[in-house]
Amino acid sequence: MHQEHAVIRSLTNLTPEIKRLTLHAPSICRDAQPGQFLNIRVDANFPLLRRPFSIFDVDGEEVSIMFNVIGRGTTVLARKEPGDTLDIIGPCGNSFLPFTDGDYDTSILVAGGIGVAPFPFLTKRMDAARRIETFIGARGKDFVVEGGMKNIHIATDDGSMGYHGTVLELLKEHLHTHDAGAARLFLCGPSRMMRAVAEYALERNIPAYASIECEMACGIGLCQGCAVESNGGGKKYFLVCTDGTIFDTRTVKM
Amino acid sequence: MNESFTLRGVTFQNRVFTASGTFGYGDETTGLVNVNKLGGIITKSLSLKPRDGNPAPRIAETASGMLNSIGLANIGVQHFIDEKLPTLRSLSTKVIANIAASSIDEYCAVAEALEPFAEIAGYEINVSCPNVKEGGLNFGTDPNQVARIARELRRRTEKILIVKLTPNVTHISEFARACEAEGMDAVSAVNTLIGMAVNIHTRKPKLSSTTGGLSGPAIKPVALAKVYELTRAVKIPVIGIGGIATWEDAVEFLLVGASAVQVGTANFISPATGVTIAEGIRAYCASHGFADVDAIVGALIAEKNRSVIDSWL
Repeated sequence: MHQEHAVIRSLTNLTPEIKRLTLHAPSICRDAQPGQFLNIRVDANFPLLRRPFSIFDVDGEEVSIMFNVIGRGTTVLARKEPGDTLDIIGPCGNSFLPFTDGDYDTSILVAGGIGVAPFPFLTKRMDAARRIETFIGARGKDFVVEGGMKNIHIATDDGSMGYHGTVLELLKEHLHTHDAGAARLFLCGPSRMMRAVAEYALERNIPAYASIECEMACGIGLCQGCAVESNGGGKKYFLVCTDGTIFDTRTVKM
Repeated sequence: MNESFTLRGVTFQNRVFTASGTFGYGDETTGLVNVNKLGGIITKSLSLKPRDGNPAPRIAETASGMLNSIGLANIGVQHFIDEKLPTLRSLSTKVIANIAASSIDEYCAVAEALEPFAEIAGYEINVSCPNVKEGGLNFGTDPNQVARIARELRRRTEKILIVKLTPNVTHISEFARACEAEGMDAVSAVNTLIGMAVNIHTRKPKLSSTTGGLSGPAIKPVALAKVYELTRAVKIPVIGIGGIATWEDAVEFLLVGASAVQVGTANFISPATGVTIAEGIRAYCASHGFADVDAIVGALIAEKNRSVIDSWL
């Protein structure tokens, strides 16, 4: 893990609603794995705490994140300019990649809204021999990011792009009509969406791995603030930041 | 520049410590901070048995601060001895174990379990956790209970004993006097202030335990006034804690009379904050012509008008 004062290389719009921020952070880039996150200090005291962002892409010494402006942290971030410096700690958390080990046919990536963030980097680093299907759910077309992913299926709440309905409905339809062979699901998105997909996965006996989102203070295991309840076994709680953020959905109370 | 500070014959290389519960057990920050440049590490609270802690959500950010209700989640003293002490042994910085308990017997049992290990320089006694129902703050708001805990521990150890006090009382100085009378080597103050936040959309408290402990820059002026009160009430050293995030913050506490400081919530943002603060204190003293950091401890130039606090001392 590294703390870097990273220079912003670019801040662009991926869609009218979603921004991409690219930073020069060589040490972090060297170690980054798909599914990990950066903990970014967006301001000195307000907000006080760092904000976690999934790694969207790594290209050489440059790392990108994506975000939409929803709160104080992202508002401050959206005002930054190329050449500004950001204090970042990373890469934090675990990676999706260990969950892709073993024998199966299709990796199915399921994203809700901004939860698509880790999937371009995951697609880039996944075993190229294995089939990838990507399901993206969003409010409307202005929230859909498609770049860097493969075999994309889109669902929007307002029907402005792709299937009119939820990403879970679209996923169910697809698996009803297509044989994915032995599949694994990789999830990132709002907790309600991930809970619903994880329940479906359990019914269908498809392993599902979810990147859990949680309010964090430190992101590196110091504060013990980001607890998620386990489904039994040894510990009562896991820490999202260091035990995750990615969990086998059968091991945690989603 | 002499930056060292001595308690009960143990010399710390400087006056900046990491506060309990904000720095793990000292082994989580590898690569981010050189812990050997700290005055000392104060561990996450240890109880006799492991504790799971409170349900989520455990934290909520507030203006220049945060609320927490971790509930003393910790690995328990035996796991600490087996898994963490070997790493701590290799450090040159001093380690103080923070102890939390729900009975006087438990405080004593944890201290006795740690007593054989020379790498533990002493104990900080947590009588002030606002987030557990048994023990914790119930002890810390009763000066007689604090005195009893201090007395029992003093009978069992020759190591450093520091009692960590809560600000959630009317007169914190009463508690420090009780500690001084029972032979405590120092008091540290303040633990978190009881606070609350509400999610107006769900109409629920933001923490599962309804209230939690407020920390961060938001509490610094309160903490500083408590340290002012303490340093005027007792002769034993006072270790200042509360919202310290910069070296300037730390110098304020030293000027008011704190012999040392602890950095807490700021570690969550940058684990190296304590090291940066130690460097800043050194530079401040050098630039003001002091050869020893001790020269600025209590060097506050008092106003002619007395504080309201002076009237109740």
